[in-house]
Amino acid sequence: MKKIRINSFAVLAFVVTFIFTTFNANANQTRENVIKRGSLNCGVSQGVPGFSNADASGKWAGIDVDFCRAIAAAILGDANKVKFTPLSAKDRFEVLKAGDIDVLARNTTWTLSRDGGLALDFIGTNFYDGQGFMVRKAANINSAKKLNNVKVCVETGTTTELNLRDYFKANKLKYEPVAFTKSDEAVAAYDSGRCDVYTTDKSGLAANRTKTKNPADHIILPETISKEPLGPVVRGNDENWANITRWTLNVMIEAEELGITKANVDSLKSTDNPAIKRLLGLEGETGKNLSLNNEWSYNIIKQVGNYGESYEANVGPKTPVGLGRGLNQLWTKGGILYAPPVR
Amino acid sequence: MNKENIKNWLKVNLFSNWYNSIISLFVLFVFFSIIPSFIDWAIIKATFIGKTKADCKTGGACWVFISVWFEKFIYGFYPDKELWRVNLAFIILILTVVSAFFVKPKIKPFILFFLIFIFPIIGFVLIHGGFGLENVETRVWGGLSLTFMLTFFGIIFAFPLGVLLALGKRSELPVIKYFCIVFVEFWRGIPLITVLFAAAIMFPLLLPANTSVDKLLRVAIGLGIFESAYVAEVIRGGLQSLPKGQYEAAKSLGMSYWKMNFLIILPQAIKTVIPGLTNTFIALFKDTPLIILVGLLELLGMVNLAKSNSYWLGMAIEGYIFVGIIFWFFSYLLSRYTQSLEKKFSTERH
Repeated sequence: MKKIRINSFAVLAFVVTFIFTTFNANANQTRENVIKRGSLNCGVSQGVPGFSNADASGKWAGIDVDFCRAIAAAILGDANKVKFTPLSAKDRFEVLKAGDIDVLARNTTWTLSRDGGLALDFIGTNFYDGQGFMVRKAANINSAKKLNNVKVCVETGTTTELNLRDYFKANKLKYEPVAFTKSDEAVAAYDSGRCDVYTTDKSGLAANRTKTKNPADHIILPETISKEPLGPVVRGNDENWANITRWTLNVMIEAEELGITKANVDSLKSTDNPAIKRLLGLEGETGKNLSLNNEWSYNIIKQVGNYGESYEANVGPKTPVGLGRGLNQLWTKGGILYAPPVR
Repeated sequence: MNKENIKNWLKVNLFSNWYNSIISLFVLFVFFSIIPSFIDWAIIKATFIGKTKADCKTGGACWVFISVWFEKFIYGFYPDKELWRVNLAFIILILTVVSAFFVKPKIKPFILFFLIFIFPIIGFVLIHGGFGLENVETRVWGGLSLTFMLTFFGIIFAFPLGVLLALGKRSELPVIKYFCIVFVEFWRGIPLITVLFAAAIMFPLLLPANTSVDKLLRVAIGLGIFESAYVAEVIRGGLQSLPKGQYEAAKSLGMSYWKMNFLIILPQAIKTVIPGLTNTFIALFKDTPLIILVGLLELLGMVNLAKSNSYWLGMAIEGYIFVGIIFWFFSYLLSRYTQSLEKKFSTERH
């Protein structure tokens, strides 16, 4: 979800950023800088359930957090050598460009204008999100196509509101939007009966369902009405760094496909399967292409786990976020996660 | 109070005529329809003891949220074993301020000098590290302690600067005068949020590569400069309220410019504008949550972070009430403190 209200400060910041981009002397040095520093600087959110969040002891967790830990494991051999910087949606890109962080893993939607217009690189998608609907079970609605003459609670100034309008218009259904500035307000209004439907990105729907008085009374409809591919972002001037981060994500996905987990990675070292051997760096020179040692991929899986493990631990059905795999399933199992071959 | 008195009081204060009666009844109705359900939620049905959200089953407020996260709300991500350093810094601050009430007037200037020039150094070394103390990056500072640090820094930065700007604006030297006017009008004319964005995001882009100034320091200085413009205007108000005779009297005694201002003019001027200064400093205190936008998590930011932890979803109301109470309490404290100063420095003869 992205704010579409035009923010004059952001525009100003963009302009200045653009002017000074040419002075950026950090090109192609991010890996060296991380090694010299001995830690990875990772930009995360100021709290998005399941994606990046701290617990009461100050430890960060989430899908985006795991991704940063995986990069640290690949480069430094230690998944704990990450320093997390919480960022607001407004300052995230500028902080990345200024070099305060090495990678931005902050559930950021990959769009053309951001990828092409900001001198940044989106290195992949670590979560396929999309807008959905939540309704009361008692309403007996099981498909978004049956939503007609309903009141919909929605956040203002977001793409969510526009997608909502498009959807109802395209399907020739009638609705009445009830707009709020904060998701907490929108959920509370829906829960108190002011709306029949609450809409936001599906990752947020499930998490917000737990805020209602009786979560079991509500269901999330199966339809997804928009594309929100969320992915990590790096500066656009560092090819080597973009490759390292891109292939860190690919290794996590590939490991799940090959059935390599945190638990069995050591025993699989003696396997004969050439694909597994390659992925673990026992054959070929995968590390050399990224200027890393050949242990890099093994360290990712051993210390952080494969994509599925990270998913289940942070946003899966057993967590309060409670999301099924949906699109975020391997291509071999009906989803669209597809990592290019690691060879 | 006997029955007759109560009746009388009610008649005079609540039901003196028909429209006052209607307003009184309406207000009483609102009170009685809101307060019992609030007390029911906040106290009677509330859960106070526990470790997780699951412990809150009674349907009321879940104060467990506050108690579990309390340390994070106060200290942010500051490492556990170094917390004593933050505590010590604040204990020194509180003791110094309190001691000012009990010492002889002659010693007070030294206390002020200590607060403005020495304590910031001690506090910085304690909290940031150095001299054998482990370095704690500003990245992990947060919570209420960060709110206090920014407020304190803002005050001791903005106050002296504001005094100089106020004097400068009334100076007879055109360069100084117009510099001060432009400076004050510039900083007063832009929104605080712009200052914060500029300090946090744009300023580093202007620096040569491989030099960096800490983000928190940049933001704190931005905040301090911003507030100094307001302080300057408040103090200038005080300066203008002084009769011309005070200046003339000081000059006729052969006092220099600085002597005149620091011994005669400013003590009187500042005394008269204590309420205005209090206003500015309370506003500064309450402005600090804006730093969320540049990625720094003070009290409100930490509460936002905590309430979006997947295991603590739905705690927004408890969190915001907590923040509201804390902000109200400290704003009130600051206001009471300055009221006592006002009384103490009052030279009005009754």
